[in-house]
Amino acid sequence: MSENFIRFQKVTKDYGTVRVVENLDLDIARGEFVSLLGPSGSGKTTLLMMLAGFESVSGGAIILDGHKINDLPTHRRDMGVVFQNYALFPHMTIAKNVAFPLEMRGIPKAEVAGRVKKALDMVQLGALTDRLPGQLSGGQQQRVALARALVFEPRVVLMDEPLGALDKQLREQMQLDIRDLHHRLGLTIIFVTHDQDEALTMSDRIAVFNHGQIQQCASPREVYDHPSNRFVAEFIGETNLLEGTVSAVQGEVITLELPGGTAFRSHGMPGFAAGDKALLSLRPERIDLFSEGAAPEGSNCLSGEVTDTVYQGDHLRVVVETGAGRIIARINRKASEWANGARVTLGFRAQDGWVIAP
Amino acid sequence: MKYAKAIYASLIVFFLLAPLLVILPLAFTSSAFLTYPIPAFSTRWFEELVVNSVWSRAIVNSLLIAAATTVLATVLGTLAALGLRSQELGMKSQIRTLFLLPMVVPAVVLGVGMQSLFVRFGFNSTYWSVIFAHTVVAMPFVVISVSGALTGIDRRVERAALSLGAPPWKVFGLVTLPLAMPGVLSGAALAFATSLDEVVLTLFVAGPNQRTLARQMFSTLRENISPAIAAAAFIIIVGTVVIALVLMLARRKRA
Repeated sequence: MSENFIRFQKVTKDYGTVRVVENLDLDIARGEFVSLLGPSGSGKTTLLMMLAGFESVSGGAIILDGHKINDLPTHRRDMGVVFQNYALFPHMTIAKNVAFPLEMRGIPKAEVAGRVKKALDMVQLGALTDRLPGQLSGGQQQRVALARALVFEPRVVLMDEPLGALDKQLREQMQLDIRDLHHRLGLTIIFVTHDQDEALTMSDRIAVFNHGQIQQCASPREVYDHPSNRFVAEFIGETNLLEGTVSAVQGEVITLELPGGTAFRSHGMPGFAAGDKALLSLRPERIDLFSEGAAPEGSNCLSGEVTDTVYQGDHLRVVVETGAGRIIARINRKASEWANGARVTLGFRAQDGWVIAP
Repeated sequence: MKYAKAIYASLIVFFLLAPLLVILPLAFTSSAFLTYPIPAFSTRWFEELVVNSVWSRAIVNSLLIAAATTVLATVLGTLAALGLRSQELGMKSQIRTLFLLPMVVPAVVLGVGMQSLFVRFGFNSTYWSVIFAHTVVAMPFVVISVSGALTGIDRRVERAALSLGAPPWKVFGLVTLPLAMPGVLSGAALAFATSLDEVVLTLFVAGPNQRTLARQMFSTLRENISPAIAAAAFIIIVGTVVIALVLMLARRKRA
């Protein structure tokens, strides 16, 4: 693995007076799977289009393998691109579609046939070579698009919401397939998505986008457990946010005073000092519910009243009204259940909370 | 209500086709006059078209001019449609209107203008003057038809081709053009048909050597009303039907 195979340096993109990507820095290593995750209009797709060469760069540099590629035309970038709507050539057979990049590279006919077959076998479509794209289902078309983008062994594979048009089951199957291909072939993949589950499932690292900037770029676990700011905490997964004031910082434990007088001890972002305003992000599944007063020693406690319980199949969502506001807890089906109006105590450990700037 | 609609539609179709139903049987008359009743059926007027050098010359001229017009209008119209598709182009709708203007401008006005222009450049009353004039009025059909086909092409398909290593000119040849081909073909068919029945411009810019079939029919109508006109009309209508069938096939292929 060589570091910094792809580097974005202070990359900016303007459409007229609108700045879509702003001073963005991102380094990607060879063989890495990086997801660009964010709401629509956050600049993630624009960044991918600039990397592919479909959009010009307004400022900064994109460097691939040590060479600046800002002005390199798309057809010489050697990147496989997979689009959400597959973008197969509708007038060519499946085999012709997959052979296209090889023919463009002047590879001898005999070799083309072998490589096309291998690529289609890899995505389990070896039997459909003579069909036209229109005769295939969405999932099959996306597999063809994948085979076409991989058959010429590109330096990088770019995917623009490739699974967005597929139904949930197929999407999950394809997620695992792509992950498997990534591991087996050692591909460098940059994957744009607005689906957080997809990003969490597949990526080595996730770059969370908002307003043309990367809010946080880290491993899925880090992004989920230790969000760097409020946007990331709210965008990835579900969370309860409690406002308070920092009263003490001891090592990695921050003590946060809530308006009602309750104090919590929690881990959090570095750099807080006593007196700072802060937010406690508390994931619903990290909260335990106890009968009032039965919480174990050493954990943070907050009492409240159950106002609603929502059945979700594999878990229950319990809404608890507390002195610090409404808190949603997600509890296991094996745990005890509470009726509406029951008095309960919420408990969580210091390492289950995360303090961020407001 | 359903019946009322059907009757109404039939009446409209009848109204549109009645002139054809009147003229077509006269192509097979044995009489020397373009009138009913038809005394006996014969093919003498079709023979007249072939034997009489005025008519046969007109048919050859028409085909020649229509063929050249089709090629010119199709190439230029397709290029115009491709240019109008460009994202960088400003004032796109104004430029498009400009391209379609010849469809709206009265043919007489165009004819007068072209005649004086061609005379000034010294090639009025030549095959080229007729071909250029026809190309001007035929091109809008190609622009409309090809533009329609191009909007149906997903740009991401072309982007995919680029990313797979095809330089822009190969993307055009291997992806864009084949996908737009039904539109190009129907544009070409419309251009051919336009040239075939164009009279007004031809009157202004053609010399005696460039008499087209349509123009020959027009002047025969004024001089002596011969059933040869009906025979010529029969040929043009058959040609038009053939073109319409080609169009339908092209559309079906696109679908």
